[in-house]
Amino acid sequence: MSAHGSAGLPTLPTLPPPGFTPPSRGPRFVALVGPPNSGKSTLFNRLTGLRQKVANFPGVTVEQRRGRARLEGDHREVVLIDLPGVYSLIPRSEDERVTRDVLAGEMAGTPRPDAVLLILDSTNLNRHLVLAAPVLSLGLPTLVVLNMADELADRGGAVDAEALATRLGVPVALVSASRGEGLEMVREFLSGAVGLPPSLDLPVLADIPKCRQWAIGMSDKAGYSQPAPPVWTRRLDAVFLHPVAGPLIFLAVVVAVFQTIFSAARPLMDAVDHAVSASGAWLSAVLPASALKSLLIEGVWGGVGSVVIFLPQILLLFLFIGLLEDSGYLARAALIADRTMRKAGLQGKSFLPLLSAYACAVPAVLAARTIENKRDRIATILIAPFMTCSARLPVYTLIIAAFLPERPLLGPFLGTRAAAMLGLYVLGFVAAFGTARLLKSSVLKSDGAPFLLEMPPYRRPTLRQIALRMYDRAKIFLRRAGTVILGVAVVLWILAHLPLSGGKMPEIANSVAGTIGRLIEPFVRPLGFDWRIGIGIVMSLAAREVIVGTLGTLYGMDPKAGSEGLQAALRHDLTPGGAVALLVFFAFAMQCLSTVAVVRRETGGWKWPAVQFAYMGLLAYSGAFIANRLVTLFLS
Amino acid sequence: MRLSLMRAAAAVERNPVSLDDLAVGETGVLSSIDLPEGDANRLMELGFLPGARITAARSAPGGDPRVFRVDGTEFALRRDTARKLRVEAAKVEAAKAGAA
Repeated sequence: MSAHGSAGLPTLPTLPPPGFTPPSRGPRFVALVGPPNSGKSTLFNRLTGLRQKVANFPGVTVEQRRGRARLEGDHREVVLIDLPGVYSLIPRSEDERVTRDVLAGEMAGTPRPDAVLLILDSTNLNRHLVLAAPVLSLGLPTLVVLNMADELADRGGAVDAEALATRLGVPVALVSASRGEGLEMVREFLSGAVGLPPSLDLPVLADIPKCRQWAIGMSDKAGYSQPAPPVWTRRLDAVFLHPVAGPLIFLAVVVAVFQTIFSAARPLMDAVDHAVSASGAWLSAVLPASALKSLLIEGVWGGVGSVVIFLPQILLLFLFIGLLEDSGYLARAALIADRTMRKAGLQGKSFLPLLSAYACAVPAVLAARTIENKRDRIATILIAPFMTCSARLPVYTLIIAAFLPERPLLGPFLGTRAAAMLGLYVLGFVAAFGTARLLKSSVLKSDGAPFLLEMPPYRRPTLRQIALRMYDRAKIFLRRAGTVILGVAVVLWILAHLPLSGGKMPEIANSVAGTIGRLIEPFVRPLGFDWRIGIGIVMSLAAREVIVGTLGTLYGMDPKAGSEGLQAALRHDLTPGGAVALLVFFAFAMQCLSTVAVVRRETGGWKWPAVQFAYMGLLAYSGAFIANRLVTLFLS
Repeated sequence: MRLSLMRAAAAVERNPVSLDDLAVGETGVLSSIDLPEGDANRLMELGFLPGARITAARSAPGGDPRVFRVDGTEFALRRDTARKLRVEAAKVEAAKAGAA
């Protein structure tokens, strides 16, 4: 199959020897350009096999992404660059600027692409073809990819790709990237069978009505018949955007997601928990007593193991986010949320970044690039870490499970634990909302660009895309468990077992970790925390879920106890007031180095991340203090 | 029927009307965009061009933002933006007559 396999096959003399690089025939760097939500990223995934976030929501790719496409029958790799969606080559937001700069060869570190895949939604050809004018005027070899051919045909539309190719003077392929149909021509193009586009009679690019006329003329001559309106989308919108049913469905969706994350994840988490504690017990039985065994059992199994348990829950969260995004419901949710966003002084466009912050603040901060108005963008970046990210999930789950017995609240639909979790999500949202109001009525006041949101048709989410994304998330989560959390666990274990006194390891309270803990204790005591929690908080400045691993290591003296053991230990050491305070602290504090780093990069300096860190820290400390006092007062 | 006639009459009174004055299901012909150049260009790129037929599709629960249909695609606009997009009143009528 590959050149390397040809050594024993003399019957195939035409194959080049291994390592042979053919002459520079064909493109090497190919840019994927197209309007938002035209399916660039889906095609990119198809061609490269690289995972990359795709959703049925305009503005998902905010940075350029690169991937390699290996072409069968050819021994070359083409580097594909997936660019943020644009309506024109005149940028109006940061993500659009990326596209323009890359195409113009003005992006540092990115070579100018030597060919372009122009991806257009064939169900929206009149509008999307407008982009062909500025892209063809770049003078690069171009393949026009008319995507969503399946949807076009289903809705009774048609287009003659060959006729369009004749008119445009460049090849045109009709494909369905989500089904993987019609991609042969794209691969052929990438293999190098391309020429420069002829000099076309293009309209003046600054004259938008003229460009539009040109596009409509082109699609007319290509026999384009517009597809029938998406009937199902209209019907579903009548329900999902209904004045009464709409908001109720919105709430029901949110509640259902939380209840499922809590209840359906339980058996899976128990299974992982069982595997972790059983393997730990087995290891502790077969290994001879030594410092290494102690490190493995208490440090690695206690630390990393107690975090890995939460993998099923995180995957379930991403399953739901994926379903909501890919089905197109998210755009409707943004529409419903716009009124609320406006009360905070923000706009519906902040909704996508803020929603993705429920997964992780890092992509959320990047997604804020789609917001044209700079002040709105900064405000969105500053409040994003308040949204309850998936790293908080293990912390919340642990504390809630330890302190709150499960009882049904709304029959089988909502239990106490899911309700408590929901309450914490609301708490984060309220903090974000209040902070936004504060910012938008003072330092970041602005008129703002008009809110403008495309409503994509509803689409059936594909298993493939969602599975790819969950796989990607699992990888990220486990990589963090294997690096940051493992590292912290090992360092902590060492600190907890030094200094040696008379060749023996000290009691944990007399160790270096215990000493540090006692230094911290006066500061965290008013919040209801002891020295162990204090160390946990310090360690979790790197990443929130580290605290679970840290407590796992500090308490992880008995591997058989598993997560039940950790919960029991917490109940023993933490008052209910302290437990609530700990939840509040984690809801507010900015304990994430990755977020600090990305905010610095996106805002171009240390000013905003420093302000953000201090503000969130202050809020966390005072919030936890008040929570501890109130709960203690209430329970006494 | 009577209600829609009255609505059409009201639309003629406010002369010329903006996109925001269109009732759900009504179609108007865009005449001008009263927004800063950059914002107007963005709208034009999406199909909100002078002369384009724009239908008020529906609105978010609560009535704002509203959803408008241009060339088969739906876009959400806040009402205060929609008010800046002028529609020719006479042509609102014409569109209605044509639809009836």
